[in-house]
Amino acid sequence: MALNLIRKLMVSSLFCFTAAAATAETFVFTAIPDEDETKLVERFRGVADYLSEQLNVDVRYIPVKSYAAAVSAFRNNQVQLAWFGGLSGVQARRLVPGSEAIAQGVEDEAFETYFIANTNTGIESADELSELKDQLQGKTFTFGSKGSTSGRLMPEFYVRDTFGENPEDFFSRVGFSGNHTRTLRLVEAGTYDVGALNFQVWEKELSDGNIDTDAVQVIWRTPAYPDYQWTIRGDVDDRFGEGFKQRVTEALLNLDDPELLESFPRSGFIPASNDDYEPIRKTAEEIGILD
Amino acid sequence: MLSSPTVRTSLIFLAIALVGLLFADIAITASNPWRDLGNFFLGVITPNFFSSEGLMTALLRTVAFAFVGVALGSVCGFLLALVYKSLPVRIFSAFVRAIHELFWALIFLQFFGFHPLTGVLAIAIPYAGIFAKVYSEILEEADPEPGRVLPPGTGNITAFLYTRIPDCWVKMRTYTSYRLECGLRSSAILGFVGLPTLGFYLEASFSQGLYSDAGAMLILFYVLIATMPFWVRPKLLPVYVLGAPFFLGEGLPIVWGNVERFFTEDIVPAPLRNGEGLTGLMPWLNDLMINEAMPGIWNTIVLTQIALVATGILSLLAFPLISNHFGGPLRRNAGHVALVIARSTPEYILAYILLQLWGPSMLPAVVALALHNGGIIGHLIGRQTNSIKLRADAATGFNRYSWELVPRVYRSFLAFLFYRWEIIMRETAILGILGIYTLGFYVDSAIQNIRFDRAMVLILVTALLNIGVDTLGRYIRRKLALQTMPTC
Repeated sequence: MALNLIRKLMVSSLFCFTAAAATAETFVFTAIPDEDETKLVERFRGVADYLSEQLNVDVRYIPVKSYAAAVSAFRNNQVQLAWFGGLSGVQARRLVPGSEAIAQGVEDEAFETYFIANTNTGIESADELSELKDQLQGKTFTFGSKGSTSGRLMPEFYVRDTFGENPEDFFSRVGFSGNHTRTLRLVEAGTYDVGALNFQVWEKELSDGNIDTDAVQVIWRTPAYPDYQWTIRGDVDDRFGEGFKQRVTEALLNLDDPELLESFPRSGFIPASNDDYEPIRKTAEEIGILD
Repeated sequence: MLSSPTVRTSLIFLAIALVGLLFADIAITASNPWRDLGNFFLGVITPNFFSSEGLMTALLRTVAFAFVGVALGSVCGFLLALVYKSLPVRIFSAFVRAIHELFWALIFLQFFGFHPLTGVLAIAIPYAGIFAKVYSEILEEADPEPGRVLPPGTGNITAFLYTRIPDCWVKMRTYTSYRLECGLRSSAILGFVGLPTLGFYLEASFSQGLYSDAGAMLILFYVLIATMPFWVRPKLLPVYVLGAPFFLGEGLPIVWGNVERFFTEDIVPAPLRNGEGLTGLMPWLNDLMINEAMPGIWNTIVLTQIALVATGILSLLAFPLISNHFGGPLRRNAGHVALVIARSTPEYILAYILLQLWGPSMLPAVVALALHNGGIIGHLIGRQTNSIKLRADAATGFNRYSWELVPRVYRSFLAFLFYRWEIIMRETAILGILGIYTLGFYVDSAIQNIRFDRAMVLILVTALLNIGVDTLGRYIRRKLALQTMPTC
């Protein structure tokens, strides 16, 4: 009898132990470093706390220094979830079979890139990029990061498509600022005449009063395209339990903390699928970023 | 004067640099560079030491990575030095040291990810190559006499330990401790690619214009290096080396499948991976060479040559700052501080700072390379002039400088400069990561596009270019009969 009790206790404590070991496994996510790091760390620590509460597992955010580092960490299974841009998401999902885009921002269905110019250049805003040909030719131009969708892929595509030339040939100098906030600051300061950035970053900085509109203005808006999304690895259910992917998806879709959403800035998250990003893949192949 | 081979060589290099200037992209593109520079200096004099909770941890990690990396590098380097006579070992060592720490880090990041091993190996591997070369040179110079007087039948190992090591010990120790300082610099810049060292926070605060935070980090770094003689004590070294591995941080676990994938898939050229065979490989290689390798090589060479000459000019201008033959003790102390700051700041960080302030072109890179390397060489030959005894009635001022001192130190100056040629080129290539169109730019672009096959070919090209310049530099030094002790 006593023996039986001991056995039961041992078995149940063993269960407790394995349960503890399972929950001790940390769910790690990252995000592309598309803005100032302080902002990202603040935002994604908030997301980590939220997810941890919703999922009952330890959730940790890892900041990285480049878009490629985010993709590599995802591919290498050192992170299981990532907030990618359109292009980095496509790259990551190609490299990790079974991975899925699970949620995107409401604004990401129809994302835009703004071309901005320092006011000293005298460039006026236009509805069609082709109208700006003479004014843009020979100016200095900065993209954001090399791996950015709104900061590199789409602007490069429209420059090539409209002017029929490589950006390096069309502009007198082409740079990569690193992220959208830097692009804004560099064009505002006049280090570059013209730049291209994520429209949400512009709108948020504008409403926060962080832009000197006498020094920099929007000169052209691209047509809409799909952009940022949460992508998750296909093998998370094996590691964190059946239905884990579904729970993460629901947690993200149900995120309604206004402060957290404002920090992205997105008005909410909606379902997404891999097919939503086909246009991005085709564009990337067209300009030779993807093989 | 023109008949002197050293002068002729100098003039040839000067001419090459001047022609290079015609092709180089030298410009200040920022609209208000001096205001930004002013803000930066304001930040340095109003440092904010409490900006980031992670700052002290980052400093600790910087030291830990340096200790583990340099210790591992010196042990491996020593073992390689013992068999340095064999040609494959020489080639291997030359190859691993021709690839910069940051490139090694970028490679390891792809399969070890953010595991401490990435940072440790990124330092240890190139350092092993350098240690192998320098240790073998030191061992070769050891006096053979004690070995000859040993009784016959003494074992090889015993003979080695009792006759050669005692003779080389001091030199090896000096060089290793000097290398540790280099290790601290290397460790700091690894943060720029995402490892948890000082560069991680420096990059973050700098790119956001938080100059007071950045200033605090730079000051802490200078203090760390300047106080090395006080805290790096022979007796404490075992404690540091054994303790350091525990302070590297946990990082993220290694997934070993990634390692295999990297070597069997990622770096296999795309046409071979896709089964197109050799017919597909040629156009692929052609495209890579013409569109990326060639422009990268050209820009790397142009920038290297300009930076080399700028370094030379700056070191000649800078050495009087610490020379006993000029000025009083106050000026000399100030000069010392200036040169210590110039040489303690890694070129990469200097270039990064100047690029942020002046906008992208080759100019920030040239200035950064010249400041750092000129600081090192200026310091070395300045110290050398202090051992020169001048006659009591020797000329003073400019005449003393140009007729007494420069001619006396010119040969060793050239020796140091040609020794640093390869180092400058290695740095030039890496500065491409910051957006200057040298080879590093194309390597970084390939990595950003997740094309490791291309990145590996370009890194290989960079390594070969470095080996070439190293060989040429050694040839010139031999031709001019210049001798020098290595610097880092």
